[in-house]
Amino acid sequence: MNPTSTTGSQFGQPNATAIFFFLLFVGVTLAITYWAARKTKTTSEFFAAGGGVSALQNGFALAGDYMSAASFLGIAGLVALSGFDGLIYSVGWLVGWPVVTFLIAEPLRNLGKYTFADVVAYRLKQTPVRLSAALGTLTVVSFYLIAQMVGAGNLIHLLFGLSYEVAVVIVGVVMILYVLFGGMIATTWVQIVKAVLLLAGASALAGVVLFRFGFSPLALFNEAAQQYGAQVLAPGTLVSNPLETVSLGLALMFGTAGLPHILMRFYTVPDAKAARSSVFYATGLIGYFYLVTFILGFGAAVLVGRQAITGVDKGGNMAAPMLAEVVGGTGFLGFISAVAFATILAVVAGLTLSGAAALSHDLWSSVVRKGQAPEHEQLKVARLASLFLGVLAVVLGMAFKGQNVAFMVGLAFAIAASANFPALLLSMAWRNFTTNGAVASMLTGSFSAVLLIFLSPTVQIDLLKNTSALFPLKNPGIITMPLAFFVGVAVSLLFPEKEASERFSEVKHRMHVGAGKPAAVPVPPVPSVSPGPAPHPTATKA
Amino acid sequence: MSEPSRSDALEALAASRWRVAAALTLATLVAYFGFILLVAFNKPLMGQQIVPGLSVGILLGALVIVTAWALTGIYMLWANGKYDRALSQLRC
Repeated sequence: MNPTSTTGSQFGQPNATAIFFFLLFVGVTLAITYWAARKTKTTSEFFAAGGGVSALQNGFALAGDYMSAASFLGIAGLVALSGFDGLIYSVGWLVGWPVVTFLIAEPLRNLGKYTFADVVAYRLKQTPVRLSAALGTLTVVSFYLIAQMVGAGNLIHLLFGLSYEVAVVIVGVVMILYVLFGGMIATTWVQIVKAVLLLAGASALAGVVLFRFGFSPLALFNEAAQQYGAQVLAPGTLVSNPLETVSLGLALMFGTAGLPHILMRFYTVPDAKAARSSVFYATGLIGYFYLVTFILGFGAAVLVGRQAITGVDKGGNMAAPMLAEVVGGTGFLGFISAVAFATILAVVAGLTLSGAAALSHDLWSSVVRKGQAPEHEQLKVARLASLFLGVLAVVLGMAFKGQNVAFMVGLAFAIAASANFPALLLSMAWRNFTTNGAVASMLTGSFSAVLLIFLSPTVQIDLLKNTSALFPLKNPGIITMPLAFFVGVAVSLLFPEKEASERFSEVKHRMHVGAGKPAAVPVPPVPSVSPGPAPHPTATKA
Repeated sequence: MSEPSRSDALEALAASRWRVAAALTLATLVAYFGFILLVAFNKPLMGQQIVPGLSVGILLGALVIVTAWALTGIYMLWANGKYDRALSQLRC
């Protein structure tokens, strides 16, 4: 699909600026990885950057983990093609963050070590809880990874003119290097660099656009209304079914609080205070970014034109890069393309690391070796798991070539909201929660979300071309999330577990007070077979 | 002899944190689903322009984003200040 509609367009051509900026990004981040590799000697450093990341740094890294190329290019495209409806997405993708701050961030930081399963398993039986938590994590990570890899392949094909396969392999190899050698320290810094680049690039682009409208967004919106009719400023067809929207809203809100790679970030900061502050910074950055993206979408509709945008990519994903070319020439297009590429690299690195934590910390160290694995073995397994997941991501990226995988992101959120969030919240807030309840809740959440998505119009009608779907909603959150809560509560009440409720006071104490040790004293790693995860050796500064 | 009263105080403090967290979560839910339900059931209102270019929907959508951030800020200020001070008094 080589564009001929926009005259003199560099789309789909190897672009010198894009390649220069991309190589610069990869060079800088690999230098960071080299530096980080020398500091990554323990599992705490590999999975949690030794707990030495500051609140502001973690705020940027959280924002980096969350602002995927899909939200940058996808929302800009949606706004360009349908106006106001894009804002509904922006709002939905942001509102999960307050919930993360209020309910999840600090108890998670105080109770856990590397994964959210640490928290759920704290007072419950390790093996069954960790098995089902790892299943949920790996499912979420796989779907999210597939969506990112396929997106990356298409995007880079369009922007750089590279073949799909080459693009997927480049993303896979660079990401494996980050995670394998630099662990969480490198991944955090890759996220920070990427977040700064993305925010700067989007702001610069919005600035140049607004310059043409006297720096008034309203003048821009008004111009769009003149060109495409007043309905671009009003809700369109996106919310035709309120039930559907509420369901999507629930999945987005509570899914954010169940995404393993986001939850894992709270272990990189030294204490609960830094955990809270970091979400505050992240929420501000992400909110600002979505508002800027909204301006970019309208800018593209007005300055590039809808016809030209759909001429290059039907989904509108090229709206923001095309806008960059129109207002800033080939150089700006190159810069924005490189930023989009970098964005994908960073997001897949974060995902891979959280999957590796589930495989090595939850499955290998806690279930297989019952907490008896020595440090160097844990680290080796963690690295092997990263390598395995990186290769798997490339293979899946190839396998799903040409498929419409947009629904997989929604699926990842639905599973995170249904499988992870209810069990996490119940384990922290409810005394009578039990091992059986946790396992039943997590399995019910995962399987019901996958099953209902399979039966939904997205898969049955859009993908399999059937005429009707058994389940009417595209997003199952409104059914599966309450169901996971209900099953968790019911099974816990049916099969009480004395030990779990007795140990609740300990959970509560630790959740609020923290590990109860002065932060300056380095604590040797404790084998994680003991139900209480070890405190972070906070003395190591990243 | 301060042991039982200390754990009582901690219990009360923990309960106050859950209350604040629950109230703010509820506020977020109301803001977000209020916006979504208006989008679903009152499209003409959302499309009305206050000044040329600024529809009610765009204003409210931007406000929900700002509100979400502000609520997070309120919680952070409360927890990093009042709550942490009370906690550190109990801890030592």
